[in-house]
Amino acid sequence: MSVTINVNGTPREVLADAETPLLYVLRNDLDLKGARYGCGAGFCGACMVIVDGKAVQSCDVPVGALAGKSITTIEGIGTPDKPHPLQRAFIDEQAAQCGYCASGIIMTAKALLDTRPKATDADIREALTGNLCRCGTHTRILRAIRRAAAGAAK
Amino acid sequence: MSTGVQRKLPGSLETNRALDRWLTVNADGTITVRPGKVEIGQGILTALVQIVAEELDVDAARIRLVGAATTLSPDEGITSGSRSIQESGIALRFAAAEARELLLQRAARRLEATVEQLSVTDGVVTSRAGGSITYWDLTDAKLLQRDATAEAPPKTAAEYALIGRALQRIDIPPKVMGAPVYVHDLVLAGMLHARVVRPPGPGMRLAAAEVDEVQQMPGVAAVVRDGSFLAVVAQREEQAIRAARRLARITQWEGGGTLPSSDPRYLLECETEDEVISEKGNAPDSSDAKTLAAEYTRPHIAHASLGPSCALAEFRGGRYTLWTHSQGIFPLRRDLSAALGVPEEDIEIAHMEGAGCYGHNGADDVACDAALIARAMPDTPVRVQWTREDEFGWEPYGSAMVVRMRGSLDEHGRIASWVHELWSHGHSTRPGGKGGVNLLGAWHLAQPVAAARPGNPPLPAGGSHRNALPLYAFARQRVVNHLVRSAPLRCSAMRSLGAHANVFAIESFMDELATCAGADPVEFRLAHLEDERARAVIEKAASLAGWRPNEEGDGERGRGIGFASYKNLGCYVAVVVEVAVAETVRVERAWCAVDVGQVINSDGVINQVEGGIVQTISWTLKERVAYDRQTVTSRNWDAYPILTFDEVPLIEVALIDRPELPPLGAGEGTQGPVAGAIGNAIYNAMKIRLRDMPFTRERLIAALV
Repeated sequence: MSVTINVNGTPREVLADAETPLLYVLRNDLDLKGARYGCGAGFCGACMVIVDGKAVQSCDVPVGALAGKSITTIEGIGTPDKPHPLQRAFIDEQAAQCGYCASGIIMTAKALLDTRPKATDADIREALTGNLCRCGTHTRILRAIRRAAAGAAK
Repeated sequence: MSTGVQRKLPGSLETNRALDRWLTVNADGTITVRPGKVEIGQGILTALVQIVAEELDVDAARIRLVGAATTLSPDEGITSGSRSIQESGIALRFAAAEARELLLQRAARRLEATVEQLSVTDGVVTSRAGGSITYWDLTDAKLLQRDATAEAPPKTAAEYALIGRALQRIDIPPKVMGAPVYVHDLVLAGMLHARVVRPPGPGMRLAAAEVDEVQQMPGVAAVVRDGSFLAVVAQREEQAIRAARRLARITQWEGGGTLPSSDPRYLLECETEDEVISEKGNAPDSSDAKTLAAEYTRPHIAHASLGPSCALAEFRGGRYTLWTHSQGIFPLRRDLSAALGVPEEDIEIAHMEGAGCYGHNGADDVACDAALIARAMPDTPVRVQWTREDEFGWEPYGSAMVVRMRGSLDEHGRIASWVHELWSHGHSTRPGGKGGVNLLGAWHLAQPVAAARPGNPPLPAGGSHRNALPLYAFARQRVVNHLVRSAPLRCSAMRSLGAHANVFAIESFMDELATCAGADPVEFRLAHLEDERARAVIEKAASLAGWRPNEEGDGERGRGIGFASYKNLGCYVAVVVEVAVAETVRVERAWCAVDVGQVINSDGVINQVEGGIVQTISWTLKERVAYDRQTVTSRNWDAYPILTFDEVPLIEVALIDRPELPPLGAGEGTQGPVAGAIGNAIYNAMKIRLRDMPFTRERLIAALV
């Protein structure tokens, strides 16, 4: 089945069954590896992308449901030469150990800060309830997100 | 000219002497460095960059790190045990120092000067007598085509410009950009997707598999069956997933061992091999004034890597090529050679990063799965992804443990005798050892290749008995290891091995004795410690926390301290935690002092320590592998909760840098001390002593009743 989805501002046509989770379409059809497989059940947030401004677990949404919607992945928010403020903050705070959770968390944080630029620490922790980090990098990740928020607030 | 016995070379240089295996100086202004240790999120590659850049006098940006591969890297065994700085760091330190010396010798000839007249800045060699030349003009392939001698002395700490600093991690920028850096992201032309269908539980055999139905499903290229090893291969990943689910539903299995009770005390009923690892005087003595006894336990815990294990393999022309996040590609190759029945030379393995593993997780097993599937489909690259359920159900676990302590106090309130007895399965079933193959798929083949006997690394490092020997000075002590070799749930190396449970027991019991003696926990520890570095971290952590002698909890909040030197040879860690106890136990704050000897990358150490603190809080408050008689039942995050963003404490870490001492690994120093500190803090808060990890809400309520 042919589905056209809008990814990072560009319409992309993919040949996949409608019930294929978006995660596999992104990774295998569009070569966008930033959304990662962690659990396939919506628990860990490693696969997080943004759909029409909301953070969504791409492992848990069928590609057929996304026609006409705007999907943003980690690859679409910044480049090595022009990183997104969140990416810049994660680097400045060295907010990663293995880094596997990072792209999912950055997308969750972006969805939050885009709608709530003055997010408090409590807001950030609340938004991250669907994201797991197994290495224990939480304190740095929170610091990085606060840093990005503070930077944007200026 | 040297004759006779070669002296021992530092670290991994001893067994990998060819200098150009480790590094090459390139005419284009770069340095290629090939460590045998791998990045597992601990920052080792960045630390090695610092070491090489420092010794060579080049800008760190010139260094190109090549991931470990059997075809071109030194064999450094397994990246584990917090040994990488000590083994790889020292090898590269001496190799780089020797490379610099060789370059200077060439420069001296070219500039008609002596080596003493030369200085180097970023690869530019300048002579005091005039003239300069670059490393890039001096180098050629022959420069490092020789064995290391380790005779060129590395720099002294006083000369350091880069070592000790917080150089930013070289691997973080690509990761936060979402770059395809993990083995999970590798794409090979013509690659097919595979999923393994494992038995419902350990010890089960395949009885009947209706593969015809699954072979007809959309996109399915093959169903691979070899004995009880069952896998499905498809064009698209979601097709493999769907087919595997169908296959799992219609496949019949039989047999299965009986899994034990979920209470770790099942270990006390098992057959054991007993080893007295320390005996000093008569402990305990019936004449001792006050005696105390306590029993502590830890359940099986899971590595629970955020990214389930993944590997790619191709079998072409009789040769295997594999891509894996295994911590030890050379040991893996040995076991694969035996499992596949081919010589090691016919197997090539390249390392790519995985998610954090924290020890021996599913990485080696999925590599074996990939090789077996590739063998069934020659000339076709195969990608095998373990599901979350596979990883939780089949990874090797950190063993359940029971520790029984007995101690006594003399009339002055000092510890007169100390007994520590532990029961545990062995803590290492890693591939590459003798006597068998430690790869899951190999055990399920029609002609299975048997596993090696599970066991322990020997002391001084130890396995289940790691950190069972107290660093405290006791006149009379006895430490006994009861090894339960037969393990119904496979157990292997999990960050800090036995230290988590042993130090939890030691540090809890120190506090129990301190309470009995009416002593302050910090002063009590110092009164029994001669080791200066140990005393220093305890004093520093206490000072950081503003510890007040004999400070009281208030029924809800309390604080406690924990301490250890990892393996009694490694880094020193002391940590004070503050808990708040309401419906559950929450750790609100942690103050930690760390001594790793010479610090290579200060931020790298702090990152590891913070991460270890958070992970250990999670283990100690929440984690246990759940199982029934047949199988592990905790297969996803809902059944195996870990610490979340709203549960992490405020953490302060102080580093005691000792640049004149050897550098020590930081990754496994916090597990034991944090567990002990939490138990002690809960007691300080509530006057309730919890001795069975995890300290869940249920355990708290049971203790309150």
